[in-house]
Amino acid sequence: MNRVHLPRSLEGAWEILDRVPEARVYAGGTDLFVKLQGEARSRAVLVCLERIRELRGIRDAGKHVWIGACTPYTEILSDPSVQEHFPVLSDAIRKLGSPLIRNMGTMGGNICTASPAGDTLPPLYILEATLEIRSHSNTRRIPVQDFILGPGQARLEPGEILSGIEIQKGHPYPVHFYEKVGQRQALAIAVVSLAVMMRLSEAGDIEAIRMAFGSVAPTVVRPLPIETQLAGAPLDEKTLREAGAMLQAHLFPIDDIRASARYRRRVSANILQRLRLRGKASMKDSHRFGP
Amino acid sequence: MNISFHLNGRPVTVRVPSGKRVVDVLRQDLNLTGTKEACGSGECGACTILVEGRARLSCLMLAVQLKERHVVTIEGLASGGLLHPVQEAFVEYGAVQCGFCTPGMILAAVDLLKRNPLPSGEEIREAVSGNLCRCTGYARIVDAILAASRRMARGKKR
Repeated sequence: MNRVHLPRSLEGAWEILDRVPEARVYAGGTDLFVKLQGEARSRAVLVCLERIRELRGIRDAGKHVWIGACTPYTEILSDPSVQEHFPVLSDAIRKLGSPLIRNMGTMGGNICTASPAGDTLPPLYILEATLEIRSHSNTRRIPVQDFILGPGQARLEPGEILSGIEIQKGHPYPVHFYEKVGQRQALAIAVVSLAVMMRLSEAGDIEAIRMAFGSVAPTVVRPLPIETQLAGAPLDEKTLREAGAMLQAHLFPIDDIRASARYRRRVSANILQRLRLRGKASMKDSHRFGP
Repeated sequence: MNISFHLNGRPVTVRVPSGKRVVDVLRQDLNLTGTKEACGSGECGACTILVEGRARLSCLMLAVQLKERHVVTIEGLASGGLLHPVQEAFVEYGAVQCGFCTPGMILAAVDLLKRNPLPSGEEIREAVSGNLCRCTGYARIVDAILAASRRMARGKKR
């Protein structure tokens, strides 16, 4: 009996999910097939979404950009509107896995896997992305932070498929970056990650900032009180050290094979100092290219 | 179930059980043992193949996903008795030691050179960052890919 399905349309996928509710859905397989090995793999009923056109591609819809949930990372990286409007997302994807993983893996997979270390999640949290979820009878939209409940847990009902990610354009934050601390450069799972978008004044003070941390709690942490605290503050060592101390109350890290909870706390605070480097680099750029 | 696809330029049909991985079908059913498996979890790149020209990990794909696709393995790279320029450069530069990573490394390089015919050393290192080699220290691999790119670019101009 054929247990692996390759539907060409969402209708086809729903038809299988109706018939076999326990079927597992996948796109790139870069996460699923690491876990699903041997006997379990031959017994599982699987629905591969990679050939469903409706789930692929990137569309600039004017006010927002729609990214198909099953668009491989490599395609997202080469898209001009993503590069232009969401550099923090491109930066994170460039640091995700390896070129081979990026040729296969998808953002829909990263979101539904809901790992605290998912590299695209901190950027999606600060970009305040909306997820488009479709079933036979309905299309609903939900902010990414409401969709992810905990490690491996997402708010996806039977028969629902994450179809796309919508991100608003025109965020007033010229400086975007993603920092990832792992055990090596390629193929590393983040020990701590940080996505930042910020705007600096001419004097180099922080005017406004958004930030989100990965791998330091069951879900991505966006410490709103720290964003508020930093707005209007000078971008210096002392400010960021104080922010790092305040940050500790927002973190709930664990000890695991990659790092201890203590180390994650310390790195989370220290990594904030990178804001100064990125801030300085952006000031230099704006002098060089500015009016 | 039966799956038909194009393998190294030829149409093939194989009968495979549901849930069988691409790397197993290539090695066991089609006897193409150039594709290697080491980690089985996407971290080493030894099982790299080209699907529609893009480098992919055959240990994280099921055979059914090859349906109607064009697939190239290391066995399909040489043509008319001549090695591919990347293979030639690997031999010439001593980029092979134990050889286990070599098929995947070469296919990752072929994918790179198709999209970026004259990459920098940095771009080459990035492109093969998902292919682990425990012998060479990578220097000769990078040199070989660089040499191949120049040779291929010159060949095209002529």
